[in-house]
Amino acid sequence: MIKRTGNISKNKIISRRLFILIATKIGILGVVTSRLYNLQISEKQKYEFLSEKNRIREWKTPPQRGIITDYFNNIIADNKRVYQVHLSLEDVTNFNNSIFKIKNIISLNEDEIKKIYEKKENSKPWDTLIISENLSWKDFSKINLYLHELEGTKPVLSTSRYYPYSNDLVHVVGYVGDATTTDIQNKKKIEENFVPGLKVGKIGIENSKDNDLIGNHGTKRYEVNASGKKISEISYKKETQGENLRTTIDLEIQQLAQQLLKNQAGSICVMDIFTGEVIAMASSPTYDPNKFTHGISTKDWNEIQNNKLRPLLNKSLAGLYSPGSTIKPLVALAALEYGIIDKKFKVNCKGHDHPYELYGERYHCWKKNGHGLMTMRNAIKQSCDIYFYEVARLLGVDKLSLIAKRYGLGSKVLEDFFSEEKKGIVPSTKWKKQVLEQSWYLGETVITGIGQGYIQTTPLQLCLMTAQLANGGYKIKPNLIYDKEIDLDIIKSKIESEKNKSVSQNILKDHEFKYYERLYRNPNNLKLVLDAMYGSTNEQFGTSFRSRHKEDKYKFAGKTGTSQVKRITDQDRELDLDLKEIEYKSRDHALFIAFAPYDKPRYSLSVLIEHGGSGSKAAAPLAKKLIKKILDRHELREKIRKDLKNIA
Amino acid sequence: MILPTSLNSNSYSFIEKLKTIDYFLIIIVTIIGSISVLSIYSTESGNFSFYTKNHLIRFLVFFSMFLVLSFVRVSVWYRQAYFFYILGILLLLFVIFFGISASGSKRWINLLIMNLQPSELMKIAVIVCFARYYHRIQSSDIQSYKYLLQPIILLLIPCYLVITQPDLGTAILIAGSGLAIIWLAGINLKYFIYSGLILLVSLPFVISILKPYQKSRILTFFNPERDPLGAGYQIIQSKIAIGSGGLLGKGFLQGTQSYLEFLPEKHTDFIFTLFSEEFGFVGSMVLILLYILLIYRIIRIGFSCRSFFAKLYCFGFASALFLYIFVNIAMVLGLLPIVGAPLPIMSYGGSSMLSIMLGLSIVMSCKIYSRDPISS
Repeated sequence: MIKRTGNISKNKIISRRLFILIATKIGILGVVTSRLYNLQISEKQKYEFLSEKNRIREWKTPPQRGIITDYFNNIIADNKRVYQVHLSLEDVTNFNNSIFKIKNIISLNEDEIKKIYEKKENSKPWDTLIISENLSWKDFSKINLYLHELEGTKPVLSTSRYYPYSNDLVHVVGYVGDATTTDIQNKKKIEENFVPGLKVGKIGIENSKDNDLIGNHGTKRYEVNASGKKISEISYKKETQGENLRTTIDLEIQQLAQQLLKNQAGSICVMDIFTGEVIAMASSPTYDPNKFTHGISTKDWNEIQNNKLRPLLNKSLAGLYSPGSTIKPLVALAALEYGIIDKKFKVNCKGHDHPYELYGERYHCWKKNGHGLMTMRNAIKQSCDIYFYEVARLLGVDKLSLIAKRYGLGSKVLEDFFSEEKKGIVPSTKWKKQVLEQSWYLGETVITGIGQGYIQTTPLQLCLMTAQLANGGYKIKPNLIYDKEIDLDIIKSKIESEKNKSVSQNILKDHEFKYYERLYRNPNNLKLVLDAMYGSTNEQFGTSFRSRHKEDKYKFAGKTGTSQVKRITDQDRELDLDLKEIEYKSRDHALFIAFAPYDKPRYSLSVLIEHGGSGSKAAAPLAKKLIKKILDRHELREKIRKDLKNIA
Repeated sequence: MILPTSLNSNSYSFIEKLKTIDYFLIIIVTIIGSISVLSIYSTESGNFSFYTKNHLIRFLVFFSMFLVLSFVRVSVWYRQAYFFYILGILLLLFVIFFGISASGSKRWINLLIMNLQPSELMKIAVIVCFARYYHRIQSSDIQSYKYLLQPIILLLIPCYLVITQPDLGTAILIAGSGLAIIWLAGINLKYFIYSGLILLVSLPFVISILKPYQKSRILTFFNPERDPLGAGYQIIQSKIAIGSGGLLGKGFLQGTQSYLEFLPEKHTDFIFTLFSEEFGFVGSMVLILLYILLIYRIIRIGFSCRSFFAKLYCFGFASALFLYIFVNIAMVLGLLPIVGAPLPIMSYGGSSMLSIMLGLSIVMSCKIYSRDPISS
């Protein structure tokens, strides 16, 4: 019985204890249920989103760059089919091993292998690595042959940038390369469309027009598993190609210009004097932009960089030179406009024995025996320095500076289109005080009159200056990309209405001009200057007489320039050395500006040969050849212009 | 003493036995079993292959075993209780020397047809052993130090052996079910409070002997974002799967988290996650309800038993079952650290299935022979 009572009390205890235990269990059940409710009902959306994010992964597909053509629709920057080898990292078990195998099939050098390892460091495990961007067909077929042994290796047909006229347009079109971190940070368009392997413009049009050229990346959405392996494609938003661009360049003229500059350092610019279209912008020496597309080799890069003639410098707009005598038409115009001189004003040039003197300082003419009594027309034609010393002195540097700026010097021709473009210097008393913190000397005015001293210009500025003189003195808008808003007929009618506009005396004061507004006070002054330039090329004793065209339809007017690189000493003057006897670096720069055809001007050009010697010997003959080509192609260009207008 | 003859000796007729079988229990086990087979089928993205096949076979074999063993007299279990416990300890020792290692721990014995995990058997052995132990002790003696110390030692031996495998989860479950019985037997509440305090004080020491991965799991539990791709990965992915299931779930075979292999251990410890993703809040509640019914039924059987051994065993087993289920669910819900505890019947794994079915068969035996007083 004792045992039984024990059992009864034990049973009592166990029931009580069980009851407490069940109560605890119910509590725990409540916690679990509320947690389940919290996860599945309250926070459902959050977890649904996370689940989708888990499940779906996006792959961006690279867009194709827009194609760049010249004015005549010749492709100058193309997308070419290339053979590539990609390595899909998720399928590779032993990376080193795979690279070793691939290396044995296609030739990869140490540099390339180092780059591949660097790229791998920065990739995600599901990324695809580009092993070789540009394989030869032979290597590509070899890879295909051994494909069964290479896990994760994919032969890919892709496109890459190709410049068919390699060296001829590099300074205009530029080149592309891999997007760097800075590229991505600086350009939103690149950031938005970044895909590994995306090429972006580094310089030239490729760089300035990147936003239009890049296009939009596509998006492939895949369902993936936990290790990132693609299970199925869910959607594919196709990539869109970038905009195609038509430039104003004439490929044939550009190529001729480039050919004329061969083996020399220099620049040739050609411009339509009404539309401002840059028809050619050659800079020499050049280099092959195709080498940059897939990363330039150290050897090639060193070769370009060590070239003394500086191929990387775009001389047309980033090379600064004293304009030399090419400034003279502008000096004459300024003096005429301000009424300092008239066409009968004369100065006597008496040769080296009787140089121009100012405060004891002596200034020589380039001609040893002197020109004799010079009028304005003759002074431009024969490029007499003494005449312009005197005119500059009478005019004063500030008035000269004002007119020089008005006609295009001292500011960027293509505004911000090219990051490397230079403004140059048009000195004035104010400029010197601000920049050099010194006062101006009259002697400096005198040499500015022949384009020496502080004054610095780019060849493109000289071309624009010539254009704005030749078109009768109207401000134009230089451009490099075809723009249907710029219409020749509209421009001509605007100019026509400007011609008859009465101008106030204020026109000679500093003020902002709108496009196609007249820049001059008296049209006859311009006519005088242009006529003098005609004489310079087409009349005996003219400095570019030997480069003239005899046929009427090719007749042009120009002005030579020889810009000193260093001060000419009396000893130099005594020696009067031949060009070949002077050290290259000390030789003068040869310049020439011109417009054609003379009777109905349409095109302006500037030629510059670094250390080429005299403008009449080195630069003017090139212009002669070029002008023939330009005028020969005039009809064709006008036809295209009409066609384009009709399409619009 | 004026009781039916059947009480006296081994004279239960087979028909009588069949009548007393708890069919309700069998039905619930069958339903949970079917759900488990379908869930495993879903982990294989709807392919009837390796896991599903194995799981189905195991369920059928062990379910049959459960039915057959139900007819073993409960007094046999009572008599063999200590032997069962010693057998469990011997098997655990055997594991130390001849066990099979997998993913850093040594838990299994190769039995050719399956790999036996003795620690799973130990879960049941401890309950049976303790039920017998307390069956004999007078209620007045229970609080004495001698009877207090003995079960603690009996519990510490298997726990230690399992922790060193290392398998913290199972050790906790063994300890938990043992403590549940000690509690049910009527040990004074103050001892629980004392030992709780001692545990709290010794916690730093315990942490210092934990394996690095166990420490990391516990730290990760408090902050899963600490290491989202490492130790926190499982908790985060499990929560995403459950949460994205919503009210009604993504539908059978539609769970993306497990299909796309984001869920680790989806066949075993995280089977509830998969089920919950596919059947949502409603499905999860139904499953939990089925488990509650199972536990309720076992407790009811316990009440109907005359012997203290049977009662204690049923209540103990019910409590242990509750512990297994809710440790697992709380774990996948991110309420407890991931310690590696399977969900009874649902999870893939032979030993776990074996021990649960064995446990259930003893419950059924208690039911069938409920009037057996068990005399010693």
